[in-house]
Amino acid sequence: MRTILFILRKEFLQIFRHRVMLPLIFIMPIIQLLILAHAADYEVKNINLFLVNRDGSQAAHRLIGKFEASPHFNIVGSAFNSEEAYRAIQNGQADLFIEIPVDFQRNLLREGYAQLQSSVDAINGVKAGLASAYTNAIITDFNGEFREEWISTVTTSPSHHLTTSPLTLSIRSANWFNPELNYQTFMVPGILVLLVTLVGTFLSGMNIVKEKEIGTIEQINVTPIRKYQFIIGKLLPFWIIALIELAFGLLVGKLAFDIPFVGSLWLIFGFSALYLLVVLGIGLLVSTITETQQQAMFISWFFLIIFILMSGLFTPIESMPVWAQTITRFNPVAYFVEVMRMVLLKGSGILDIRIHLIVMSAYAIAVNSLAVLNYRKTT
Amino acid sequence: MKQLGIFIKKEIYHILRDKRTLVILLGMPLALVLLFGFAITNEINNARIALVDLAQDELSQEISTRLAASDYFTIEAQLPQVADIEPHFQKGKSKLVVVFPEQLQSNTRRGIPTSIQLIADATDPNTTTTLINYAQAIIYSELQESTNSLKPPLHIQTEVKMLYNPRLKSVYMFVPGVMTVILMLVSAMMTSIAITREKELGTMEVLLVSPLRPPLIVIGKVIPYILLSLINTAVILMLGTFVFGMPVEGSLALLGLESLLFVVTSLGLGILISTRTESQQVAMLISLMALMLPTILLSGFIFPIESMPKLLQIISNIIPAKWFIIIIKNIMLKGTGFEFVWKETLILLGMMFLFIAASVRNFKIRLA
Repeated sequence: MRTILFILRKEFLQIFRHRVMLPLIFIMPIIQLLILAHAADYEVKNINLFLVNRDGSQAAHRLIGKFEASPHFNIVGSAFNSEEAYRAIQNGQADLFIEIPVDFQRNLLREGYAQLQSSVDAINGVKAGLASAYTNAIITDFNGEFREEWISTVTTSPSHHLTTSPLTLSIRSANWFNPELNYQTFMVPGILVLLVTLVGTFLSGMNIVKEKEIGTIEQINVTPIRKYQFIIGKLLPFWIIALIELAFGLLVGKLAFDIPFVGSLWLIFGFSALYLLVVLGIGLLVSTITETQQQAMFISWFFLIIFILMSGLFTPIESMPVWAQTITRFNPVAYFVEVMRMVLLKGSGILDIRIHLIVMSAYAIAVNSLAVLNYRKTT
Repeated sequence: MKQLGIFIKKEIYHILRDKRTLVILLGMPLALVLLFGFAITNEINNARIALVDLAQDELSQEISTRLAASDYFTIEAQLPQVADIEPHFQKGKSKLVVVFPEQLQSNTRRGIPTSIQLIADATDPNTTTTLINYAQAIIYSELQESTNSLKPPLHIQTEVKMLYNPRLKSVYMFVPGVMTVILMLVSAMMTSIAITREKELGTMEVLLVSPLRPPLIVIGKVIPYILLSLINTAVILMLGTFVFGMPVEGSLALLGLESLLFVVTSLGLGILISTRTESQQVAMLISLMALMLPTILLSGFIFPIESMPKLLQIISNIIPAKWFIIIIKNIMLKGTGFEFVWKETLILLGMMFLFIAASVRNFKIRLA
């Protein structure tokens, strides 16, 4: 027992001897958190719109007015022909253009039907889809308004067949847990997972490999220190550091982003402690199969990137094909992300996450056993 | 010159000898492209939803059937009452619940205002918006059919044309992005680590006292990584074209030249980092935190730059990756020639000279 304490002391001394380490471990992640939470916004604003207005009618102007008033669009130019519009899209000045044809209003009133053309720069499929959805929403809105005004000015006589009956049935939607659809509330818990994972995997794995690389591990191997004492001594400091970082991160999340803490924080820390065992175990495992820090970093990086991308942090797991969803069942990061979101935002309790707890425990035992078995004091 | 050739040969041996890193360097682009191509998407398929049917009449049954039949949804559960919704969400069973109020059909027939409720677990805002839109569309179309309303008068039809990417394939977004990230990874990170490792292991002293001049040492170190980067670029492009059908509309030669420019710029960055650090760990951490993560997040690769707050948009201008992504996309997808990308190219050139100049100034011939 005393041995472990000594090893711990040595480890902490070594970690803090690097003057660069301390700020890197604590300040950098916080900066990442701040930047990432603000950058990671899939909501699309400031779409650049170019207008081609071939009809000088009042209806056309009113429609344009609606686009001007919309917060989603910036009008970057207008012209009478579509060649200029195409060029604007080609040089990136505009994201889409809308063409109002000649006789727009006249056709609408006389034939009861008119057509608009919108051309969207679809290189970014998501953005194009949203831009087109917003456009349609504005046009439909305008259509409804225009129609209602026309109806109220038409005198009711037997020769007019008005088929528009107000729909008594409406659809209402309610957003629970995140009523303002705040994307940051969604992302910040996930980003905390990311930070804790990075610290847990990288630092722990690289630490052990560094000793291998510079040769001091030989010296440790010839001492009477037992395998388990050495491993605990190496992992415990980072376990503690990661938990402190999580606490710090939660504080920043609350102060800077006002994320809700609906569920129990003890549950969060409890699960994190378990999760960290898994993540540290992976770092340890990687360190047993690599010789240099560069290799350790690259291999950890490789697996981590895959785990993180498939964890449901940035894109939902439900959107993945079935084979990918099956793989996700083996992804510890996915479980942690889910638990974070469920407990922090929805207030889920320990019974709700029991499956996650069981899987994490199994994973922790498996990974750590494998790593300990793999680790030899003799090379 | 011959000395340089021998030195480069030695570097290549070093790289080839390190099988583990090599596998990752060649396998990572492959894995990333495949992941992004097949797994990372925002589309919704077979989303689990639940129903609370308090009406239990013909209309609610019709709508339920319609929802269940749709590709977008599968009915996960029928909840008996509204109070069950919160625990249902807390267990994470589904993200949307459709509530049919009592007397739905008879109220609708009699013209009494009534409403179907869509209650969404809004923790994920984008999924919520998409789910609600799909559900609304399906319910509205079912209502229109069953209540037989004719086409309303004064109808504006909008025809939407998607340019450059008619099927809205997301591959057009990520292949340039993955290329950029891999190039940055290999060029900047690998280089900085390679040079720093020599310092840490002590072999840098040996190199410095040799007749090989310091600038040549650096050049010799980076040339193998340039080759590696170009191989990776070729692999990614081929995957993009043959597996995902992504076109290269513009000139391949221009694409190659611009890639080379970006590689050299990233190399400049890598060398700059290596001149300032003594240990590999620090070099790695700086490359990761100060290079990779900002590149991935702020370059417009995953998250659109226009959606970011003004401050971040300004910061994104100093990230070389952002300009490179614009250049690649223009060349590959819009088929534009040099006239359209000269501005971005100039910016990259400027950055390249800046980094190289800074590295040269900082390169210490004597070790502290």
